[in-house]
Parts: sequence; structure tokens; C-alpha cells
Amino acid sequence: MNLIKIKAQYEEVRKQIVDSYVWKSIFRHGYKDIPRNRVLMTASNVFLHLHPSKMRRHGIKVSYTWCAGGLTFLFFLILTVTGVILMFYYRPVGEYAYVDMKYLQFDVPFGMIMRNMHRWSAHIMVILVMLHMFRVFLTGSYKPPREFNWVIGVILLVLTFLLSFTGYLLPWDQLAIWAVTVGTNMARATPLMGNEGPLAEQMRQLTGLITPRYDARSLLTAGTIVGAPTLLRFYVLHCIFIPIATAVLIIVHFWRVRKDGGISGPL
Amino acid sequence: MAEPHKKAEKIVPASSLTPDKIHTWPFLVRNEFIMGVVTLIAVTVWSILIDAPLESPANPARTPNPSKAPWYFLGLQEMLVYFDPWMAGVVLPSLIIVGLMMIPYVDLNPKGSGYYTFRERKFAVSVFCFGFLILWIFLIFVGVFLRGPGWNFFAPWQEWDPHKVVALTNVDLNMFLAQHLGIDMLRDTVVQAVFGTALIGAYYSLIGVFWKWKSKTIEALQELGVIRYGIVAFLFLTMMALPIKMVLRWTLNIKYIVKFPWIGLNI
Ligand code: HEM
Repeated sequence: MNLIKIKAQYEEVRKQIVDSYVWKSIFRHGYKDIPRNRVLMTASNVFLHLHPSKMRRHGIKVSYTWCAGGLTFLFFLILTVTGVILMFYYRPVGEYAYVDMKYLQFDVPFGMIMRNMHRWSAHIMVILVMLHMFRVFLTGSYKPPREFNWVIGVILLVLTFLLSFTGYLLPWDQLAIWAVTVGTNMARATPLMGNEGPLAEQMRQLTGLITPRYDARSLLTAGTIVGAPTLLRFYVLHCIFIPIATAVLIIVHFWRVRKDGGISGPL
Repeated sequence: MAEPHKKAEKIVPASSLTPDKIHTWPFLVRNEFIMGVVTLIAVTVWSILIDAPLESPANPARTPNPSKAPWYFLGLQEMLVYFDPWMAGVVLPSLIIVGLMMIPYVDLNPKGSGYYTFRERKFAVSVFCFGFLILWIFLIFVGVFLRGPGWNFFAPWQEWDPHKVVALTNVDLNMFLAQHLGIDMLRDTVVQAVFGTALIGAYYSLIGVFWKWKSKTIEALQELGVIRYGIVAFLFLTMMALPIKMVLRWTLNIKYIVKFPWIGLNI
């Protein structure tokens, strides 16, 4: 039959390539598809050994995990790479930040695409992390023994929001400062610790603090308004503190997935 | 275990008792690879086609109307319509985070772990879906698409008119009752504080009432124990306070249930 002929031809070509001088100089030996080799592929690769070498069949089904956790991680990586590239061109200073954005968009080769990718990926990551939480809830995957991994997940959810929120300020345009103004204004109303919150007056008399300059909100904004000091503070949080905290917790999260018996499933 | 050279394996239903393990390599890694490549291509194309927004430079003197927080916080911003900032911006978000973290420790139902089911965990799934899909996602949609200048309602096809005047007819509950039931005593600040506190106390005392009423007959409640039940009920009633206040606002224009002007706390 035709199919058999094609297959034979394919085998012939494959053999010629694999047996060629060049190929042999790159790959010293072939890969024999046997269980031992399959296990070794995961176990002896520093990146792949994040995975167990064997797993339950439904764990790879898209209909089960929606790929949401894995894709969240992929977007975290995309954001790290594009973010580092942006850092080469961006200065978190009131006078420069906006100009640097323009420079990045119009003069830096591929600058616009890098910025677009960073921005859109940030939105996607926030959506994906919420979807991931939703699927973990719907499959009851937080039930024993995975209780604590859910707790780590909730912290990751908050960190993802904070990453996105601190990044939102950095373009230093109208959208940025006013969105962050609205967001940080909330902290003014923190009970006890915000200068307009319940019991603020009493706390002010008691401690002498809790003024517009020294309260829960100014801790975030580094001043009474969202200004240049806020920009620097958010930049450091966005590029250093929160990404590191997130990366560490992602490692713990993945480690716990394995220690808790791999992807959840019936029984 | 996979046979040598056997590529496609027979599909075993996930619920089957036979061991249904597969090798991570190639099955999971292949899926991850395909998903990764497709995703990378998709975000790259998207980033080439659509530019990230960059508005005019930050100007602290020019407040846009409306000022919106980043989209994922618009559910919280929407809550500001119904609650003061200390509630909508600080207390409720904190309770959401803490509440999420507690889920694994208060959901003792062993069923529905590792597979999708509604029938076996009706209460958990309904409450979570209500909170996530309606109070979080739906309110985000409202905030993004239906809120315009002055945080007024605008249908998506309506033009945003910054001069739209919406009569502020909101009244506090005590005034409402004083007017309609003729209880003039309630106009007094102290009386309304006592009355409002009693009302909220009565709301939360439903926790105890329901326990007394049902704990003997509903097995799940006995298993939960009084403390875990109390936490669940408290979080549930607090979550329901939002839709309750929304309905009170839409139907009767009620603003506050109770006010404590001495410490700047209104609910
Ligand atoms: C930066 C954020 C996050 C990343 C990168 C991440 C990544 C992952 C990955 C790759 C998995 C493997 C299974 C899958 O893909 O579904 C997983 C599982 C899990 N995640 Fe996350 N996750 C994140 C946030 C969260 C959040 C917000 C929650 C819940 C509130 C959560 C709870 C869990 C739990 C309980 C599991 C085990 C699920 C199971 O065994 O079926 N994670 N996570």
C-alpha cells in the first residue's frame, strides 16, 4: 500500500541522516525508546527532573489541569526575560521614566515588541493564575495532603497581583499614576494605621504618628502623593523584591506538588 | 509499565483501579512543549500586532475622571460604592485572602478530591463559584465596562458624559426608618449606634441560631465542630453582606447600617 511505501521511504531517509558523518559527530549514539531511557530523560536532566519520571495518566490531560499552572509559570519566565531587557533601557526617576518609555518604543530595536510582550504577558499571567486557582478548587485538589500547597498558592496569587500592580506605575503616564493613586488611597483607610481610617485620631494622639506623611499609605507611596519617590520604591519592589519572593515560592510550590504525591487524582 | 517501542498506549479510564502510570517523557513533556510553543507564538504575534497603551506623561495636577485601578482590582473598587474604604479596601480584601487560605482546613468533605464534581460537594462549589464568578469576576466586568465618569453607570453603547448628574438620594438606615416608621428616636446619634450594632449583632447571631437549629440533624456540621463551623459561617455571612448591601442600595437607597462618628467607622 501507499502508506507502507511512504513509511519505508521515511525510514530510509531517517537512516541516512542518522547514520551520516555530521549527525554522528553531534549525537554519539541513538536514543532507544525503552522504559529505562524514558525515565533517564527526565531524571538526568536538570530542568526536566522537576517532573517525576512517571505520573498518572490523567495528570497530562488539558481537560483536567487546563494547563493553567504550567502556563502561569511560562508567563512568569517570559516576564522575567522581557523584564530584564526593559531594565536595560529604563530609569526609575521622575524626569526620565516617561522619556525612557518613548525612547524604548521608538528608538530601541525591538523595544516596542519587548514592551508589548511584557505588558500583555502580565495581564495574561493574572488571568491564568486566577483560572489555575479556580480549577484547583473545582477538582478539590486542596484536600489532604495538599492543604498547605493551596496556602502557598494563595500567597502566589497575592504576589502576582502585587507584581502587576507595582509594574503598572512604571510607565509613569497618566494611566499609571492615577491607577496607583486609586489603589494606594485605600491604605489611607486602614483601621488604626491609616490617617483617615477608623481610630486614626485616637492613634495619632497616642503615638504621634499616623499622619498623612507617616501611615500605612505613605509606607507604600514614600510620601504624601504618588510621586518620584513612589516610582523608585515601586521599581525596587517590582524588579527585585517581589520577583525573588515569587520565584522562591514557585519553587516551594512545585516541590510540594511532587512531595504531596504529584498531580491530584481520584483515590 | 510501557513496553519497549510502544508509542501509543491504550487509554485507561482515570477511575480505573489498575495502575495507570505513564512516562513523563515523552507524554507530559511533549504536551508541555506543544503548549509552550503555541503560547509563545501567540503572544509574539499579539505583541507585534497590538501596542501597549502609553498615555500622556504623569501629571499629578490633572485627575482623570473616572480614575480606575488596574482591572483586576476593579471588583474591590466597585465595593467602594457600597462600603467605606476601610471595609472595601482593607478589611474585606484581607478577609478574602485569609478566607481563601482557610478553605482546605474547614472543608472536611473527603469526597470530590481529584476530579470534577458538583453533586458530591454542592455547598463548597456553590459558595466558591458565587464568590469567584459573581462577586469577583462579574464585578470586574462591571467596573471595566459599565462605570464611567463619577463612577456612574453607563451602558457600553452610551457616551461617557462627565456632566451626567445622578441625584444623591442615599439615606442612612436610621434616617430611613425614622422617616418611614416615624421612630424619631433613631435620629439620635447614640441611639442609632446602639440600634445598628444590635442589627449587625443579630445578623451574625444567625451563626449561633443555625448551629442550635441544625447541628443535631446535619451530620457534616457535627463533623466540622463548632469552631470550624463558626469560621465558615462568619466568612460566609461577611461575604453575603456585600450582595445584601447592594440590594439595599438599589431598592431603598440605604447608605450606612450603623455609624460611629467618634472613631470614624461606618458600616
Ligand atoms: C505564580 C503562580 C502559580 C504558579 C506558577 C503555579 C504553578 C502550578 C503548577 C505548574 C502546578 C501543577 C499542576 C497544574 O499545572 O495545574 C500547580 C499545582 C497546584 N497549584 Fe499552583 N501555581 C500558582 C498559583 C497557585 C494558586 C493561586 C493556587 C491556589 C490558591 C495554587 C494551588 C495549587 C495546588 C493546590 C496545586 C496542586 C494541584 C493538583 O495536585 O492537582 N497555585 N501549580
